[in-house]
Amino acid sequence: MKKPNSKIDYNDKVITIRGLTKAFDDFEVLKGVDLDLYKGENLVVLGRSGTGKSVLIKIISGLLRPDKGMVNVLGQEVDKLTPKQLDALRLKIGFSFQNSALYDSMTVKENLEFPLIRHSKDMTARDRSRIIDVVLEAVGLAQTVNQMPSELSGGQRKRIGIARTLILRPEIMLYDEPTAGLDPITSQDINTLINEVQRRFNTSSIIITHDLTCAKAVGDRIVMLLDGQFQRQGSFEEVFDTEDERVKAFYNYNFTE
Amino acid sequence: MDSSNREKNNTPRHKYFITKRLDRLFLELYQIYAFVSRFFREVFVPPYEGREIIRQCYEVGVKSLPLISITAFIIGIVFTNQSRPSLSEFGATSWLPALISVAIVRAMGPLVTAIIASGKVGSSIGAELGSMRVTEQIDAMEVSATNPYKFLVVSRVLATTLMIPALTMYTTLVALLGGYLNVHQNELTTLQTFFTQVFDAITFLDIIASAVKSVLFGFTIGMVGCYKGYHSSKGTEGVGKAANSSVVTAMFLIFIEELLTMQVINAIRVM
Repeated sequence: MKKPNSKIDYNDKVITIRGLTKAFDDFEVLKGVDLDLYKGENLVVLGRSGTGKSVLIKIISGLLRPDKGMVNVLGQEVDKLTPKQLDALRLKIGFSFQNSALYDSMTVKENLEFPLIRHSKDMTARDRSRIIDVVLEAVGLAQTVNQMPSELSGGQRKRIGIARTLILRPEIMLYDEPTAGLDPITSQDINTLINEVQRRFNTSSIIITHDLTCAKAVGDRIVMLLDGQFQRQGSFEEVFDTEDERVKAFYNYNFTE
Repeated sequence: MDSSNREKNNTPRHKYFITKRLDRLFLELYQIYAFVSRFFREVFVPPYEGREIIRQCYEVGVKSLPLISITAFIIGIVFTNQSRPSLSEFGATSWLPALISVAIVRAMGPLVTAIIASGKVGSSIGAELGSMRVTEQIDAMEVSATNPYKFLVVSRVLATTLMIPALTMYTTLVALLGGYLNVHQNELTTLQTFFTQVFDAITFLDIIASAVKSVLFGFTIGMVGCYKGYHSSKGTEGVGKAANSSVVTAMFLIFIEELLTMQVINAIRVM
């Protein structure tokens, strides 16, 4: 269970979402979603597969456009930004993908250098190496610098994926299923890393997961997405203190089966 | 956050302008137009991905050389061998170098290069970008504020557009060399006589037409491979489909382009 985080600033909302609706063909995945993320907070979005959790963070990062509703990130409405403004905003958002999305044809070092070369043009090669060393050390994988992604384990790939997002020092981190496909011990390491990132880099994060152990370990607040809307929110205990069969089924599957 | 409207049904929200299928067709046509026109908007605007362009030129050009060399050489020999009986009926085997020259420079050089490249390069571009789409690597570039179109598409299309003409020149030369060896063995023609006849048979227009065609073919191979890969659907099946349809579509377009350019060149020739 995560300890209460005193660094959260409840007067400062870094993400505000109101009435967000998104449909694919005839299927409406998000039906008027409202959400706030506060500065310094780790917010966990729980839900079954296919309920639109990943769609939510893809809309926040501008990868998908909402059908209706308002998505405000760091004071800017995402779908009203020009491509240049959106790129500037994206530099403040780190996105850790479910399958890490490391560039297959590049080494770990080249993966980490990729955003740096493009966004810190005045930086010397020595400075880039120093920053790469710092983030690799932060995720505990300094020895992998010259390895190819195909030579890494699932957990290592996740860590390098997180390192790549950290390299531009984002204010907001979006984690898409950070523990999916990992064994319990590696999952625990990733949970520790997410908390470490929050503490060390002072980030505000949305963590998308259906893993309740992860939710319990990293979430300052938890919201549950059911039928396209957030049905429950609060601490882990508050969310699961309900007679709602759908929520109970979710809990039972994770902790009793 | 217990909500009263949790029981809402997923009712259809989208109305189609014509029918679902026709809407999709027009959407795809618009997507193709947008994808191709974006290339011309982005190719001259910095930042330039110089290292990636050079890497792609190496992948497209140098790595295709062994296959192109063998194929072109064999085509030169086979074409010469198959043409000989028809010419010898009229006692015109001395026209072989001219016949080979016209056939290879005008049509076979660009066409054979383009077909080999669409099989080797086009499918590899389609599969690579398709796999990057499926594994969210393209999304990862986008969220890190890097333009994936410029890095992946512009570099690859530029590489094929620049390297296919170079490969076409090489193919033409190797095929002519294959033809020469066959002619030399049978008619004892010298290298100098062979190439004098070769160059006498073609005009400057033939060389320009061949170059223009190969630029067009190169652009088509790169653009089709990138489009199919970039827009591949999710899953490994989508990657396979992207690779396969990159080859099929590029070959189909290459033959159409060959037909059209041939008409234009012939019209210019008789002017």
